[in-house]
Amino acid sequence: MVFWRKKKNEGMQDQERADDELLHHKTDPELSPLIEAENDLAPDNVMAKSMNAIEPRDLTDAHTTPVPDHTPVDDFKESEDLKDHTNEGGWFSRLSKGLSKSSNKLGQSITDVFTKRKLDQEALDELEEILIMADMGPKTAAKIVAAFSENRFDKEIEESEIKSVLASSMSDILKPVAIPLDINGKKPFVMLVCGVNGAGKTTTIGKLAHEYHMKQHKKVMIAAADTFRAAAVDQLEVWAKRAHVPLIKKDIGSDPAAVAFEALEKAKADDVDLLMIDTAGRLQNKANLMEELAKIIRVIKKQDDTAPHAIVLVLDSTTGQNAHSQVQNFKDVVNLTGLVVTKLDGSAKGGVVVSLAQEFGLPIHAVGVGEKIEDLSPFKAEEFAKALVGA
Amino acid sequence: MFDSLSDKLGGIFDKLRGKGALTEDDVNAAAREIRVALLEADVALPVVKEFIEIVKSRAIGADVIKSVSPTQQVVKIVHDAMVEMLGGHDGEQELNLKAATPAAFLMVGLQGSGKTTSTAKISKFLTDKHKKKMLMASLDTQRPAAQEQLKVLGEQTGIDTLEIIKGQSPIEITKRAMNEARLGGYDIVMLDTAGRLSIDKELMAEVAEISKLANPTETLLVVDAMTGQDAVNVAREFDEKVGITGIMMTRIDGDARGGAAMSMRGITGKPIKLMGTGEQWDKIEPFHPDRIAGRILGMGDVVSLVEKAQESLQNEDAAAMAEKFKKGQFDFNDMLMQMRQMTKMGGAGALMKMLPGLGKMAKQIEEANLDDTILKRHEAIILSMTKAEREKPALLNASRKKRIAAGAGTTVQEINKICKQQQQMAAVMKKIKKMGMGGMMKQMKSLMGGKGEELELMAQSMDPDNLGRDMAALKGNDILGANPFDGAGAPSGLPGLGGGMPGLAGLGGGQMGGMPGMPTRGGTKKNRKPKVKKGKRK
Repeated sequence: MVFWRKKKNEGMQDQERADDELLHHKTDPELSPLIEAENDLAPDNVMAKSMNAIEPRDLTDAHTTPVPDHTPVDDFKESEDLKDHTNEGGWFSRLSKGLSKSSNKLGQSITDVFTKRKLDQEALDELEEILIMADMGPKTAAKIVAAFSENRFDKEIEESEIKSVLASSMSDILKPVAIPLDINGKKPFVMLVCGVNGAGKTTTIGKLAHEYHMKQHKKVMIAAADTFRAAAVDQLEVWAKRAHVPLIKKDIGSDPAAVAFEALEKAKADDVDLLMIDTAGRLQNKANLMEELAKIIRVIKKQDDTAPHAIVLVLDSTTGQNAHSQVQNFKDVVNLTGLVVTKLDGSAKGGVVVSLAQEFGLPIHAVGVGEKIEDLSPFKAEEFAKALVGA
Repeated sequence: MFDSLSDKLGGIFDKLRGKGALTEDDVNAAAREIRVALLEADVALPVVKEFIEIVKSRAIGADVIKSVSPTQQVVKIVHDAMVEMLGGHDGEQELNLKAATPAAFLMVGLQGSGKTTSTAKISKFLTDKHKKKMLMASLDTQRPAAQEQLKVLGEQTGIDTLEIIKGQSPIEITKRAMNEARLGGYDIVMLDTAGRLSIDKELMAEVAEISKLANPTETLLVVDAMTGQDAVNVAREFDEKVGITGIMMTRIDGDARGGAAMSMRGITGKPIKLMGTGEQWDKIEPFHPDRIAGRILGMGDVVSLVEKAQESLQNEDAAAMAEKFKKGQFDFNDMLMQMRQMTKMGGAGALMKMLPGLGKMAKQIEEANLDDTILKRHEAIILSMTKAEREKPALLNASRKKRIAAGAGTTVQEINKICKQQQQMAAVMKKIKKMGMGGMMKQMKSLMGGKGEELELMAQSMDPDNLGRDMAALKGNDILGANPFDGAGAPSGLPGLGGGMPGLAGLGGGQMGGMPGMPTRGGTKKNRKPKVKKGKRK
């Protein structure tokens, strides 16, 4: 029967094969790394091998970049890095600095509109426009302005009052979502980082690794599951080195789910506190790539039912209203647990964060405010809102 | 989440029917909606204001043409004005390839906008299409492994890259690249700079210096199509500090409405020259103002749909399909092939969303719980048939059907339904045969090429009245009617798809069998009649 089918349906099977190729990653290996890698991945083995400096090809293709040694040069650079930042002050001043351009502008425009004048419809329209210019979206802007004009319409008003009231109404929306990531309670805590291309996933992981490893002294491991983009692994490797954490990687083109699987195995064996998995950038409307992401999670679950414990979407603050579509679509496919908003040091005002908080209520774990390894901070609603309106 | 502009305008203009001309009040009411629509599509506010003034001046006093609704007319005015604004003058969008060699192309933009990938894409494009000898050099010393990334891309595309020397500054690399280009006889040097914020004075000064040094014939600002209101600041800053000659929009294959295109064009007056349409390095296209205008207005993107279909259909399949078309046949094998194509393209819902005016419908279908399991079920049924049965559906008698039902784990009724579908499709196929391939191709060409026609077609299928009627029809059907393959439901429920499945068959391979039927929904009168009857019988 089987034989008959094969022969008779050759065309069909070709088609199926072609379908398969299209649906799955081209170099999608069968998911059997467990058996293949079992012996080699046992912690003792890996340790022994890396210590004996055996040829790399003797290991499986999944290899770990060990924590690099501190050379005097590194130490110097690091201390230099750290020195740099101690001068820069706290989170607020850095964010303010980053946002200064935008807040100045926003602040300036608000000053222009209301240095003591009657709050009439025209003034409110102008205020709404200012919020729209900050990427808040027409709907959220209208809502905030409506809340603002309540009880104040047609009354004389001071500029300072506008700013503080505006800031407080925005921080009311943002406060419930300003929740830092809690990685305690699970070991290893598995965090999957996803997002569209160029949002800043890899950089964010580098910064997070620094935060948890260097500052909170957790045992951190990174997995490079972006096996698609050229040199993505190299990029992550540099970050891993900077943060002094080990990196699990495979060759370009290998199955990201397999990388995640093996990384989790290794993380368990090594008693790691936090495993961060970097995924390739994917546009939210690409069904096959979103399926790939779902597969990574399915495969992780084979090892640990509760994992991944956090699925973080990295969102570029320059993004406009498409951010809604991004959050929505990623949320539909994977169970997003939070957001990291990047590139807030630019002229983009990040107002979309406000409307996202209103619509989805997803926790915002951190914001990226620069290219340096320290330029990641917890999201603080009040300060963010204040910095945004320049109060 | 977005309602298309025409849906919104529909509400305003419903009262206007029968009036002779658009008054100022009508237009002002419409202007508010246009404003919100543009803002939701991320067009920057200053540009929105400017644009609305243009539209107002054109719309006020415009005669309402009898055959179209005021909504359609305003949408047309908006669309035309937008295409004009985005498009600019002829030839402006071409890359300047006439400069003395070696010419430099400078790529600038924010972090993560897609400069490196775009650099490789443009290089490959110019090598293949214009026979230019290209050299790529990465000046990105900021981002880890950025230079390696370009090197790998160079290896993949077979384009030369400048040797990486660690520790060199961008200025030094520029000098070396220009020198190398002269010595190596290269036509064009692509200079891929590091991503930088437009407010970063130091880095902006650096790129200005690079620009002075390389004296580029093209300075392309690479911008993500998802960019929001900030597009204005970015474009203005880069244009002032570096002096851009054009814009390249990336990630146009996402679902962003792409309002940034209009913002940038409006602010800088610089043409948008290229679009990046995918992650592979051959995914680069000249800019199509009409397509982006359609997207910004939420009118769907028929051309993208067609392209997507072409992409997912292998050439051999296309040839086989063309053969079938000629014969006017449609058997279960074809049906199976189409279903699989459909799955590949992201399922029925994804397709629906791309058709003009069908955004709402897609939502409804989603609510009706149409998921692609129906595709799978139908596939199972067809796979339970013998090869002879698939080729010759007429063979199916009661006992065969019973066997198939048992094999597919379903009922004979399901088998009957699928048979009926197949028959309806075969009928459409015959009609197509009568029309002839040549005629179809012509029609398709005019659909893709002629801006005016395309708009007309879009406008027709966007008419809210028709849409409403269609949706009512959809509701009237039973749940299986929501299945796009169910012949009874399809012609009335899914106007865009014309004769149901054959429409999709046509989409594939550039044969465009069903496309002629698409805009006119349901094909000719003759074709529509029996289906109405069927509805009554139910």
